[in-house]
Amino acid sequence: MFGPIFIKPLTSRNNKTGSWRITQRPKFLQKNCIACKMCFLICPEGCIEGEEKNTYHCDYDYCKGCGNCAEVCPKQDIVMVKES
Amino acid sequence: MQRKVLFAPGHTACAGCGQAIAARLVIETAGSNTIVANNTGCLEVFSSRYPESSWGVPWIHSLFENAAAVASGIELALKYLGKKENINIIAQAGDGGTADIGFQALSGMFERGHDCLAICYDNEAYMNTGVQRSGLTPFGSETTTTPAGRFSFGNPTYKKPIPEIALAHGIVYVATASIGFPQDLQRKVKKALSLKGPKYIQIHVPCPLGWRHEPSLTYRIAKLAVETGLYPLFEYENGTLTSVRKITPKPVEEYLKLQGRFKHIIGNLEEIKKIQLIADNNIKRYNLLAES
Repeated sequence: MFGPIFIKPLTSRNNKTGSWRITQRPKFLQKNCIACKMCFLICPEGCIEGEEKNTYHCDYDYCKGCGNCAEVCPKQDIVMVKES
Repeated sequence: MQRKVLFAPGHTACAGCGQAIAARLVIETAGSNTIVANNTGCLEVFSSRYPESSWGVPWIHSLFENAAAVASGIELALKYLGKKENINIIAQAGDGGTADIGFQALSGMFERGHDCLAICYDNEAYMNTGVQRSGLTPFGSETTTTPAGRFSFGNPTYKKPIPEIALAHGIVYVATASIGFPQDLQRKVKKALSLKGPKYIQIHVPCPLGWRHEPSLTYRIAKLAVETGLYPLFEYENGTLTSVRKITPKPVEEYLKLQGRFKHIIGNLEEIKKIQLIADNNIKRYNLLAES
């Protein structure tokens, strides 16, 4: 009981934190994106992915709706919309 | 191309957690050939909720104070086995685990010269246990152990100069970084890991819960702390200052007014002047003014 405990890597994926969102969710318009990667770098969940311009999107299973991606986007290409 | 994820989503950090941003940037820059030792703190708690783990690299948590000692042991063991080449070792902690509780282990690691990178996620109080004051809490900040009231303006002491103390050990690399400048943070981690010997990086990470600001403002607040001069970004290699981030200083009120922990100071010109003085001293000391 007091020995070391081992856990498998990356198992927190079982924990769908998307249910934490209360009022708002990000919407990726994918119109003026310049692929600066700032939303990808600043997401606390690491649930934003994308490679080229206008391909960035987020995984709503994990997004907690903090809104930093919309705040950081230099082109206002991410907007926060009401959670539906 | 599938990106290799080393810090998985699904961890239980608060929405807008600055520490989660920094931890992910650090580990994805360090790469998969990394072993991480973690002190107790928010980061350890939210990323390793039993029976789950967010980490995609070997990661160990032992006690509150000894991540640096554990990392030293890992380094020696790898050396003995002849496997040290190309393996990065990171000892990471919050500000309490670095400046107060884990300081003797950290100082020992620097002094013995282990090839490890120590990272401090500086969220300026003991956030995990409910916002108690730590050695890195800034002047005037309200915490549960330095409450603001009729006779008190929050924390009466200044931030402990941990980067300077680390420098006094004569280590190869000391830097401060901020999640307000993620590319700069990644560059510093990469630079540190390319050098041999003990290294120290202190990362400024806002905490929406403890600093009492909107979760969406994490990035803006981290950036403002640098732009006002309250959190200078600098880099020392082998004891010499090699680079600083130049700024066009903004008044400190812009940084303070966004946060509930400084609410009692807004409108009190005398206290704001004291905090502005800290920023002005930083600007003078590190020569932060951008040439126009």
